[in-house]
Amino acid sequence: MFGVLIIFLLALISGFLISRSAQMTLQQDKFEAILSALPQTQCGKCNYSGCRPYAEAIVRGEADINQCPPGGEATIKTIAKLLGRQIKPLNPENGLEKDKHIALIDETLCIGCVKCIKACPVDAILGAAKQMHSVLAEECTGCELCVAPCPMDCISMQAVTG
Amino acid sequence: MSSEVHTRFNRELHSFPGGLELKTHKELTNSKESLRTPLPDKIILPLQQHIGSPSEPIVKKGDIVLKGQKIAQASGYISVPVHASTSGKILDIGTCQSIHIKSEQVPCIIIEPDGEDAWFELEPVTDYLSIDPEILQRLIYEAGIVGMGGAGFPAHVKLNEGTATAIDTLIINGVECEPYISCDDRIIREKADYIVSGTRMLQHAIQAEHCVIAVEEDMPEAFEALNALIDDDIELVTVPARYPAGGEKQLIKVLTGKEVPAGGLPIHIGIVMHNVGTAAAAFRAVTRGEPLLSRYVTVSGNVEDPRNLQVLLGTPVEHCLEQVGYHRRDDEAVIMGGPMMGKYIHDISMPVVKTTNSILVTSGFNRSREKPCIGCGDCVDVCPAKLLPQELFAYARAKDYEEVRALHLFDCIECGCCAYVCPSNIPLVKYYREAKTDIAIYEKKQAGYEHARHRFEARSERLDRIENRVDDRFDKIKTLSTDQDPVEEDKQSYIRAAVERMKQKKNKKKD
Repeated sequence: MFGVLIIFLLALISGFLISRSAQMTLQQDKFEAILSALPQTQCGKCNYSGCRPYAEAIVRGEADINQCPPGGEATIKTIAKLLGRQIKPLNPENGLEKDKHIALIDETLCIGCVKCIKACPVDAILGAAKQMHSVLAEECTGCELCVAPCPMDCISMQAVTG
Repeated sequence: MSSEVHTRFNRELHSFPGGLELKTHKELTNSKESLRTPLPDKIILPLQQHIGSPSEPIVKKGDIVLKGQKIAQASGYISVPVHASTSGKILDIGTCQSIHIKSEQVPCIIIEPDGEDAWFELEPVTDYLSIDPEILQRLIYEAGIVGMGGAGFPAHVKLNEGTATAIDTLIINGVECEPYISCDDRIIREKADYIVSGTRMLQHAIQAEHCVIAVEEDMPEAFEALNALIDDDIELVTVPARYPAGGEKQLIKVLTGKEVPAGGLPIHIGIVMHNVGTAAAAFRAVTRGEPLLSRYVTVSGNVEDPRNLQVLLGTPVEHCLEQVGYHRRDDEAVIMGGPMMGKYIHDISMPVVKTTNSILVTSGFNRSREKPCIGCGDCVDVCPAKLLPQELFAYARAKDYEEVRALHLFDCIECGCCAYVCPSNIPLVKYYREAKTDIAIYEKKQAGYEHARHRFEARSERLDRIENRVDDRFDKIKTLSTDQDPVEEDKQSYIRAAVERMKQKKNKKKD
């Protein structure tokens, strides 16, 4: 009788553990898939500090799926499909979807304060203290994080074609 | 004659699924001698006349170039150079309208011909059957030769891949299955010697075991022209006229019974296929040193004198149409390519490129209104790729690209059979092309996301590392200041004294 009880308990515990770990990996897979659907601009327009925190919030069920303006419709569609939810339009409070823009520094105005360099999440701005700064067009994701810190207001966002 | 060839090789022909029997209208042009088009006022050479990455210009505005001179170099493995098709001055390096995407402008080089048509120095090779296959491939690559059947895949890539794997059969495709087009028929009749010698040369270049030239059954003159020149080394086969028998995968099925695997290439089943025009151009390139500068173009449809023209690459479509008596009318449209797979062109100043096999003027074409799909399934019956066109259409319209991919959109050869039979007049291929373009854009975007993520993570890691290092240093300094040994004390006082001295020096300078 005692033996049967032990085996029963063991089965119960291991069953619980297996289901738990399966759930965890499922969550983990979902998180990875959502994260890779996000545009990785780290722009913070979704009210989270970056793409990773936003993806985590979606998985936890705290954030809605329509808060990422740079990803736009395509990203919302992908996430909706992953989570089996209805597609909904982008939340205008987070911003509007637009064609890709990249930052351009007006080099005649730049004073070399390095503030934009520190703000850029993808190291797309090149320069040193008191030297002119320049944006690497190919690396710029258009997150606009460098625009606000510039004391000279010399960074503008330019539309790119193609 | 034909039966003799069949029995000689005993090749059993197979059939491909789907397809259509179409009225060919080839009699409009195929019995007329081709004409050389006179020099136009302007030659426009797009830098992308092939599949792959665009070429890079190596000349600048104002340069004087000679006919056959290289003016743009290849920019990668799947890319080819571009040559000046006549002598003259580089008028501009600008843009012209893309044939593939309506709204897109593509870079091009514009030449103003000087009328001399003076040749660049050429380097012919005569012993083409005994030289190293790799040298042959190099020569064909340098001549800028691409598949002239319409797809424009760089020829050297097919040859190069051919040396890496054992090739069983080289197929030279003279099966021109689209209605109206007869440029392959004409080039075989007029340049049969080039094609046969070119075939032998290509066979040598890839070391293929067998070699087949295929023509359609309604091309008896072309068959005779080839048959007079070939020996037992080349097999000559006529295939039934059924659209799209000239498609690469379909012709392979007909000739060998083999199927190219989904998403795969003929090379994966030991087959390489080239168009007859490609064979002729390759032969010309090697034995005469002439790069690809002109091609046969069928100009047909609603014009006074429909015929085949030998056109210099870069010649505006308008100039070709003028040769055959074209009067512009509003209810007509001009198609580049055949009626099944061609594209409407909106601007007839657009140039003829390496892949332009035909220019058609359609009269009174009716673009009936698209009606809803009634699910009749006619499109399924005619699809030569065994796809489900109506399902593809539904998902392509819903922009559900995961599903269209799962339904093998990328195995669609865009032959247009489905749209042809559709009772609701749905331009199915248009939807498929759009979906293909959108998927390409989406994938490029996704790759960008991945790249940005990688850079962001690398940066975060670096910043963490720096912070940790700074912390470590603080810890070290703290421990130093708490338990100082006499030697360290000495060092510290020495440093303090040095700092003091520097300060005094500075003050003196200020005074």
